[in-house]
Amino acid sequence: MYAFDYHRPTSVKEAANLAGQSEEAKFLAGGHTLLPTMKLRLAGPASLIDLGQIAELRGIQRSGDAITIGAMTKHAEVASSADIRAAIPALAELAELIGDPHVRNRGTIGGSVANNDPSADYPAACLALDAAIVTDKRRIAADDFFQGIFTTALDEGEIITQISFPIPAQAAYAKFRNPASRYALVGVFVAKHAGGVRVAVTGAGSNGVFRVPEMEEALSRNFAPEALDGIAVAEDEMNSDIHADAAYRAHLVGVMARRAVEAAAARD
Amino acid sequence: MTTVSLTVNGQSVTADVDSRTLLVQFLRDTLRLTGTHVGCDTSQCGACVVHLNGQAVKACTVLAVQADASVVTTIEGIAQGGELHPMQAAFREHHGLQCGYCTPGMIMSAIDIVNRKGNALDEQTIRAELEGNLCRCTGYHNIVKAVAAGAQAMAQAPLQQAAE
Amino acid sequence: MTATGIGAPVRRKEDQRFVTGQGRYVDDFNRPGQTYAYFLRSPHAHAKIRSIDTGPATIMPGVVAVFTGDDLASDKIGGLICGWMIHSKDGSPMKAGPHPALAQGKVRYVGDHVAVVIAESLAQAKDAAEAIVVDYEVLPAVVDTAEAAKASVQVHDVSPDNTVFNWHLGNREETEAAFARARHVTKIDLVNNRLVPNPIEPRAALGEYDPGTDAYTLYTTSQNPHVARLVLSAFIGVAPEHKLRVIAPDVGGGFGSKIFIYAEETVCVWAAKKVKRPVKWTSDRTEAFLADAHGRDHVTHAEMATDENGKIIGLRVHTVANLGAYLSTFSSSVPTYLYAPLLSGQYDIPAIYCEVDAVYTNTAPVDAYRGAGRPEATFVVERLVEKTARELGQDPAEFRRRNYITQFPHQTPVIMTYDTGDYAASLDKALELADYRNFQQRKQDSARRGKLRGIGFSSYIEACGIAPSQAVGSLGAGVGLWESAEVRVNPTGSVEVLTGSHSHGQGHETTFAQLVSDRLGIPIDQISIVHGDTDKVQFGMGTYGSRSGAVGMSAIAKALDKVIAKGKKVAAHVLEASEGDIEFKDGKFGVAGTDRALGFGEVALQAYIAHKFSGQDLEPGLKEGAFYDPTNFTFPAGVHICEVEIDPDTGVTRIDRWTAVDDFGVIINPMIVEGQVHGGIAQGVGQALLEGAVYDQSGQLVTASFNDYCMPRAIDLPSFQVGMTVTPCPSNPLGIKGCGEAGAIAAPPAVINAITDALGHEDVAMPATPQAVWRAAQKARMPMAAE
Repeated sequence: MYAFDYHRPTSVKEAANLAGQSEEAKFLAGGHTLLPTMKLRLAGPASLIDLGQIAELRGIQRSGDAITIGAMTKHAEVASSADIRAAIPALAELAELIGDPHVRNRGTIGGSVANNDPSADYPAACLALDAAIVTDKRRIAADDFFQGIFTTALDEGEIITQISFPIPAQAAYAKFRNPASRYALVGVFVAKHAGGVRVAVTGAGSNGVFRVPEMEEALSRNFAPEALDGIAVAEDEMNSDIHADAAYRAHLVGVMARRAVEAAAARD
Repeated sequence: MTTVSLTVNGQSVTADVDSRTLLVQFLRDTLRLTGTHVGCDTSQCGACVVHLNGQAVKACTVLAVQADASVVTTIEGIAQGGELHPMQAAFREHHGLQCGYCTPGMIMSAIDIVNRKGNALDEQTIRAELEGNLCRCTGYHNIVKAVAAGAQAMAQAPLQQAAE
Repeated sequence: MTATGIGAPVRRKEDQRFVTGQGRYVDDFNRPGQTYAYFLRSPHAHAKIRSIDTGPATIMPGVVAVFTGDDLASDKIGGLICGWMIHSKDGSPMKAGPHPALAQGKVRYVGDHVAVVIAESLAQAKDAAEAIVVDYEVLPAVVDTAEAAKASVQVHDVSPDNTVFNWHLGNREETEAAFARARHVTKIDLVNNRLVPNPIEPRAALGEYDPGTDAYTLYTTSQNPHVARLVLSAFIGVAPEHKLRVIAPDVGGGFGSKIFIYAEETVCVWAAKKVKRPVKWTSDRTEAFLADAHGRDHVTHAEMATDENGKIIGLRVHTVANLGAYLSTFSSSVPTYLYAPLLSGQYDIPAIYCEVDAVYTNTAPVDAYRGAGRPEATFVVERLVEKTARELGQDPAEFRRRNYITQFPHQTPVIMTYDTGDYAASLDKALELADYRNFQQRKQDSARRGKLRGIGFSSYIEACGIAPSQAVGSLGAGVGLWESAEVRVNPTGSVEVLTGSHSHGQGHETTFAQLVSDRLGIPIDQISIVHGDTDKVQFGMGTYGSRSGAVGMSAIAKALDKVIAKGKKVAAHVLEASEGDIEFKDGKFGVAGTDRALGFGEVALQAYIAHKFSGQDLEPGLKEGAFYDPTNFTFPAGVHICEVEIDPDTGVTRIDRWTAVDDFGVIINPMIVEGQVHGGIAQGVGQALLEGAVYDQSGQLVTASFNDYCMPRAIDLPSFQVGMTVTPCPSNPLGIKGCGEAGAIAAPPAVINAITDALGHEDVAMPATPQAVWRAAQKARMPMAAE
C-alpha cells in the first residue's frame, strides 16, 4: 500500500467536507474491494475517508411498500434481516451469496453499489427491483445510476446514504459463481412488480449490469420459465475471459433466468 | 501515525500505527501474535481470520485504524485456563490439520459458524460455510468432521462461548 | 499393537502448538536489526535489459541497499543449478542455460528477478523498488509447450530450438513390432495442465550473518534444509558449508515447491553480510504465483496396442514437457525418470517406448509438484486404458483386471522392478465400497433428474521411497537419496531422534515417535523428533517423493537396532550375564530364562554413569546413528473410483462419490495416512476440475491470484471413502511403501474417466471447468440432434 491520510468522520456532512478538501480522496466502506486494490498498489488515494463510524448510514427499515437499507449496512445484516427475509427474500438470499462469510461481515451494500463492479451482485437487485439510490444530494433511479463498468451517476464526493427497494410481488436471484473468485460469472435477478416484470443481469455483460427487455415482456405476459423459451441475449454484448467466453455466458443468462423465475414462482 | 486503542484477547493495547498498517500486520508485527497468518493478498484464503467485535473477519482486509476501540480475538485467545477451546480440541482429535498454517483461520471461522448456525451442523452446511477458508493439505474431509464435532462440543461448554 | 505403537491412530503431538497459534513458521521469526527485502520483478516475459538505474531508489526513505545481478557477479555468487543430468538420445548432455539469482542482461519470464531493495520496512522497500529505472528491450515471447521447439523466439543461447533434451526410454523396435501385430490400437492426445502448487504458507527466507564467527544462518521454508545448504555452499558459493546453518522450522505445506533452491534465499543470505543486518523476505501470493516453480505442463500423444484377447501388448508415448524459462533444481528428472518408468502402470505390458522432448519457454520454471512425473504417467496410462476398454466394448474394471501384473517381482520394460502387490485385491475392495453393481441404477436416477452420471476408474502405481542412490546416480542424479537418523537416548531414558526427513504437514513428530515407542517400549511423550536444523541434525536429504516413511523411518529403525544392541551390552555388564543371553522385549533388557531384567531407562542411566563397566570394555553413552540407503523404489498402488453427476445445462460437475483403496504396505498411523490420501485426492481433483495456470501469448500469467486460479474449496469436494489393502514392502525393514502422493496421482484420470463416461465421448481436457464440460456436453448432444 501507498501511504495515505486516514479520516474517520461521524456524520455524512463531515465526510462530504473532508472529500471536498482532498483531490485524491476515497471513501472507505467495507473495504473489501478498495483495500485489496490498494494492497496490490493498483490504487493509491491520498486520503481515505472511513464511513464506518457514521451511524446515520446504517440500518434497515420497512416503510409501507419499500425496504430501505442504509449504505453502510453489511451483507451479513441484509442476509439475516427478518424484515428483508419477509418482504424481499430474494434480496436476503442474494446477500448470502456474496463472497464468503468474512466478506459478508465487512462488505456493505453502499460500497458495492457505488463501485459497480461488473460482476457484483447488488447492481442486479437494484435494477430489477427498480431501487432508488439515495445520496447526500439527491435520489437516483437505478436505471439512471449504473452507467457501465465501474461507472455510476455519482458525482465526485457524493455519498450514497441509503438504497430503497420497492417490495415486489415475487422475485428471485439465480447466480452462477465464478469458480475461483465467487463473484457472479452470471447472475440474473427477476422481479415481478405490479407494473410488470424486470430482469437484470450481472457478471455477463461487457458493459456491466443490464436489463433484458425481451425477457421482461415475455415474463410480464406469462411469469413462467417456459415463457423464456427462444429468448437469448446477444453474444456480442457478453463479456469474455478465461473462465467463460461470450457464448457460454449468453447461454448461462438463459439458464439462470429460467431458474430465477422458477424460484420466484415457487415462493407462493 | 495514528494512535489506536483496542482490546485483544482480553487485554487493552494502545499503539501508534502507520495508517496503512493492516490489522493482521498489527497483530503479527506489533503485538507479536503470530498465530494469525497471511496466505494471500486478495482476501480469499482465510488464514488471517480473527474475530472483530465477535464476528469473523479477514484481518488482511481491515486496517488497524479501523479496529480502533474494537474487541479482537485471535487464535491465541480462545483457550481458557490452559484448556483447549472445544473447537481446537476437535481439530486435534479429528486430524483436521496437517501443516497447521490454515488452521488458526479455520478454527476462528468454525467458531463463527457455530455462533451463527448453531451446534448441529450438517456436512453440506459446513462445507458451504467454509467458503472463505482454503486448505491445501487435508482435502477438507477431516476439517468438516472436526467442525461438526467441535460444534457439538461447544454446546457442552457454554462458558467458553460466553468468554468471548 | 500398543495404544501408541505401529498401526495406532495416535493423535498428533505437533497439533497442540498448531491449534493454539504457537506454530513457528519462517515469517514468525524476527531478528534484531532486521531489514526487509523486496524483489523487483520483470513485468515482461522476455526482454533484454539495456540498463538498470538504481540511483533514485537508493536515496529513498528507509533504503539500506539496492543490488542487481552485477553485485552478485562481482562477489562471484554462482547461478542456480539443476541437479539431475539428462542426456539426449544422441548422447549429448541437456542444454542448461544460465540461471542467475538476479538477472544479468536478460529476463526470461514475468516475475524473473531483476533487483532487490533492502529497507527498514517492507513498505519502504516496495516504494523504492518503484523508483528503479530499468530500460528493457522487449522481445517476443514463447509460451506454448507444443510450439516452443518451432518458435523463432530463442529463450537461451545454448538452445537454438528451445529444446533442453530429446530423451527416450524403452525399446523402440519391440514396441513397433507389437503395434504391427496389434488387433486394435487406441490413440489419445492429452494435455497435462500446468499447476501452481500454492501451499497456503508462501515461501520466506531470513538471512543473518554473524561477523564474530563469520557464520551465516538462513531460516527458510524448505523441505530439505541440508540440500539447500549443500547447494548454497558448494554450487552457488554463498558461504562455506560449515559456516552456514539452515533452519527450516514449521513449514506450511510444500508439495514439492519448497524442495528447490530459489533466488530469494540465495540473495537473503548473501545480502545479510553485505548490509551487516538480518534480511527478511516473505513472498506474497502474487509472487508465489509468478515465481514458485510450477508443476506438470505436458502435451502428449500416446497409443496403446491390444491383441485379439484384449491383452495390452504395446504402449508408445511422445511427450513435450515444458520446463519453463530456467532449469529448476530437479526439473529435468520429472518428465524423464520420474515419468516414463511408470508407464507400465499396474499392467503387464511387454513393450513400451517413450520419447520426451523438454522445452524452454518464457514461463515460470516447472519442477516437481506432488507426484512429480507419476501423475503425468498415470494420466496417460489410465486414460488410454479406459479408452481402450470402451473401444473394445469391455467393462473398464474387468479390462484392467485382465491386464494386471500378478506375479512378483515383475520387471517392466521401463527400468522398474515391481517388488510386490495385489492389484486385483484393491480392485475388488474398491468395487465393493463404491457399490459398482448398482451404478446403472444411480445413473438412471440421475437421468430422471436431467443429470448425466458417470463413473471413472484409476488403477495407479507410483514409484516412491526415493531412492536407491546407486540407481539414481546411474540415471543422472547429482546426489544420493538415502536418509540419515540419530537416536539420542538421554540418561533419564527419554529419547531424541534427529532425522534428515522434514515434516511440513506429514506428522513426523507423531509417526516417527510411534516407531520409537514401539521398538523401545517407552511412552510416546518421552520421545522428541528433531528435524529441520542443519546445526542439530547430522545430515538429511529431506522430504519429497513419499520417502520419509520408507527411507527416513528405515534409517531410524536401523539406528534403533544399534541402540538396542548397545543397550544389550550395557545390560549384560549390569546384570552380570553374557551379552548373548540378553533379550530386549517389551521395553526391558532381561536375561533369557530368568526374571532378571532392567527397564530401558535403567539401562540408559547405566550407560551414562558407566559404573558397571570399564571404559576398555565398552564406551559410555547411548547414542547411535545410521544412514539408510534403500535397495529399490517402493511401489504403492491402488484403485480410485470417482462418480460424477453433471448438470448439462450449466456444465457443473459434482463429485458424488469417491472411493480409494490403496496399498501402502505397512501403515504406522492410519489416521495420518488417510489424511494424506484425502489431501492428495483434493489436489488431483483440483487439477482435473478447477486448476490451471494460464499464460497469454505475451507471457503474462493470467491466473496470478486466487481470483483467477481456482483452488479447491470444501464445497467442491465430497467426503472420501478410503480403504486399504496391505502387501508389505520387501525392500525396507519396516514394510512401508509411502502414501504422500497417491491421491494426486490417482485422482485426475479417475475424474476425467468419469466425465467422459457421463458424456459418452473422450474430448474433455483438464481442467474440466463448467464451461469446458458444458461445451463437451453440447458436442455429445450433437449427433442426437442430427438424427
